[in-house]
Amino acid sequence: MSITNTSATIIQPLPAASSNWLRDLVGIAIILAAAIVGYFLFPNNLALLTRMIAIMLFVLSLDLVTGYCGVATLGHAALFGAGAYAAGIAAAHFGVTEPITMIAIGAVGGAVAGLVSGVVILRGHGLAQLVLSIAIIHLFHEAANKASNYTGGSDGLAGITPDPILGLFEFDLWGRTAYVFGIVLLIVIFVLLRILVRSPFGLLCRGIRQDPVRVSAMGASVKRTLIKMYVISGVVAGIGGAFNAVSTQVVGLDSLSFTNSAEALVMLVLGGVGTLFGALIGTIVFIGVEDFVSAANPFHWLTIVGALLIAVVLFAPKGLYGTAAALVERYRKGGK
Amino acid sequence: MTALFQVDRLKKSFGGLDVTRDVSLSLQKGDRVALIGPNGAGKTTFVNLVTGHLRPNSGKVLMDGEDISTFNPMLRVRAGLVRSFQVTRLFADMTPEQHVALAILQREGKSGRVAGTFQAMPDVMRETYAILETLNLVGLARTPVSEIAYGQQRLLEIALAMALRPKVLLLDEPAAGVPHSDTFLIENALAQLPDDLAVLMIEHDMDLVFRFARRVIVLAAGEIIFDGSPREVTEDARVREAYLGSYGHASSAA
Amino acid sequence: MQTFFSIGVDALAYGMILFVISIGLSVTMGLMRVVNLAHGAFAMIGGYIASYAARDLGLAYGLAVILAVAGTIIIAIPLERFLYRRIYGAPELTQVLMTIGITFCVIGIANYVFGPTLKTIPLPPDLQGPVDLGFRTIAAHKLFAIFCGVAVALGLWYLIERTSFGVKLRASVDNTAMAAALGVRTKIVYAASFALAVGLAAFGGVIGAELLPVEPYYALRYMVTFLVVVSVGGAGSIPGALIACLLLGAIDTTGRYLVPEYGEFFFYLAVIAIVWVFPRGLMGRAK
Repeated sequence: MSITNTSATIIQPLPAASSNWLRDLVGIAIILAAAIVGYFLFPNNLALLTRMIAIMLFVLSLDLVTGYCGVATLGHAALFGAGAYAAGIAAAHFGVTEPITMIAIGAVGGAVAGLVSGVVILRGHGLAQLVLSIAIIHLFHEAANKASNYTGGSDGLAGITPDPILGLFEFDLWGRTAYVFGIVLLIVIFVLLRILVRSPFGLLCRGIRQDPVRVSAMGASVKRTLIKMYVISGVVAGIGGAFNAVSTQVVGLDSLSFTNSAEALVMLVLGGVGTLFGALIGTIVFIGVEDFVSAANPFHWLTIVGALLIAVVLFAPKGLYGTAAALVERYRKGGK
Repeated sequence: MTALFQVDRLKKSFGGLDVTRDVSLSLQKGDRVALIGPNGAGKTTFVNLVTGHLRPNSGKVLMDGEDISTFNPMLRVRAGLVRSFQVTRLFADMTPEQHVALAILQREGKSGRVAGTFQAMPDVMRETYAILETLNLVGLARTPVSEIAYGQQRLLEIALAMALRPKVLLLDEPAAGVPHSDTFLIENALAQLPDDLAVLMIEHDMDLVFRFARRVIVLAAGEIIFDGSPREVTEDARVREAYLGSYGHASSAA
Repeated sequence: MQTFFSIGVDALAYGMILFVISIGLSVTMGLMRVVNLAHGAFAMIGGYIASYAARDLGLAYGLAVILAVAGTIIIAIPLERFLYRRIYGAPELTQVLMTIGITFCVIGIANYVFGPTLKTIPLPPDLQGPVDLGFRTIAAHKLFAIFCGVAVALGLWYLIERTSFGVKLRASVDNTAMAAALGVRTKIVYAASFALAVGLAAFGGVIGAELLPVEPYYALRYMVTFLVVVSVGGAGSIPGALIACLLLGAIDTTGRYLVPEYGEFFFYLAVIAIVWVFPRGLMGRAK
């Protein structure tokens, strides 16, 4: 007997495809609205908002491997820093100052770092995986520190002066161009990632997070899939890093630090692991609080990050967005 | 003529203890074989050896005459050797629709696509729902697996195996954990398996074994002690000995 | 030859310090399956207490050590009771987040209370000078560290292999549910092992202060070092941890002597290489 032609009449109507696009549009509208509100609320603090955008890209990238694939890593800054240094070195030493080219170079740098990190980190499981991820960020950090001819070592890499975007929009003193550029980048990447996470590949990654044994029993290669996701994640993080280099015109050694990796994880968990919106919200809240607290008393910042982490683990394991989404869901079900 | 699937003198020992001793068997297209044996006979080890989760000390596994002994579990699946799990292994947050679609996408080599959705692929959707329909799971197609009953999860395991269109299917206790009153659901599902598929079922439930299998293999202490028709198996002296005469009990309690 | 000998002694001393600090982590990870990133923070707390007692209060070294161990355990008990117990058996990511949160808090508080500078623990006169071995001289504190490492290894071996607590501990590591069914009060075994682990960490933090200087970022700086000991040695294995510590001590010390300008580069490279070759640990049943 053949299963394929038993009955073709039972195919359900497919509301999914069109509602996906609707939700994407709503997402873009929300990001745009938030961007405009931010622009008018903090006209003197656009640099902070611009940094937020760079970090959002970084946290989105972490969400791809941690949230969607279930790989716990404390070394993700390697991807972000590689993108930042790739773009920065291209500009400062090789005269590549066209911003979009710089972003592309950052994406490539991030992808290469993603490939290397992925291959190394996925060699182990559990504790070994964690150790490898910490070792790799330290290794990148030491390497960048040592190669001070190119990276400026602990002084940081300066002398990055990007051209006007498309030859039209010059990077101004108030950071307006950088901000708008960032918002455009963020929206483009957000939409691409939405497409990615609901694609067959995205589905496969979700499967791996829940049961890798079952996925390999389907004949899929867990490792190759994860490494592919690592490379994609590297592209996104690299773009974030490159954008940070373009907008701040410096690259510091701290972009390749363990702390940077850990903070990205905190932001992701704070917002909600495994949702793109969670990554965005976590970043906004974290950097907002950081700005506020470290202005008041920089000594307490690390303590507060720690306390925040403990609180999230104990009281809101799904993160802010996840918890809110669960509440809405419950309300809807209750209302029926 | 070469067999579709052949296990050739498989041996495995753990620290001096022989768990699998010279096990050989072969399956042809359309075979319905049950592998039974008392507890500790080495059935689970056998499954792990055949699927590539354990490496044998010696012996070969062949598909269509090709030696797949060096293949890892994933490559064996791609060669057409698919297994189900004794304890359900599914993706808790995903729906049956997504499970089956993912298996089909994987089989078709489309699971690496980074754009588009399976809902927008008419042939994938058609096949997905055909399989779900066969197993009476259409009503639950969009319910997360964590919210559906265990018996139906077992059916979904079989659905996944069907979606992969294997040549040889290894069913590891398909009725394990299912209430006796619901085994008929599993049995109906098994009756829907394609005719040319070779099935090797490991099972404790003797009623199911006798209704399903046209050939029975008995494994005891790592050795095949019987390979023949279901009718003869109860008559066989060695089988009776292996089960210490407790077979009559086993058939009712299972 | 002189260099070779110096490297050997330093490596041995460093390895033994690592062992004293990490063995507790190894035991708790084998037992409770908690990825405890905050373990180094307890060693650091020990160092701070000892420094405060010996330098600021002028107490004797031995007393400072005892105070450090006791004080760290007292600080750790409520943490175990209210935070760690919530994450036993939780997914790895949850454990990582919780324990890294604890680490950050400890660093922040240490930075606030003691300031960002290095803290020394004055050694007693007996441990300050060199010791003449006949053919070579060694710094006494290094010899002391090696002695402590050996003593801890032997003591733990005795505790685990020869006492009734050890039997319960091993049973709980092998199969917690079965041990509980046999009447072992696993919660008490957990708490006692946690206290032991923390106490050893504090002890190691104090006696190792000459080699691993006490400062607020201590807990982060050596985090991977302690974790890699467990990862390479295998959770719960004393011989595994010992071998891993000596190996890492040798690599780190050799790197410092021969290519100091590369900092920790080769150390981390070696860590990756070792874990790459032994992803499941040298001899443990690390999962």
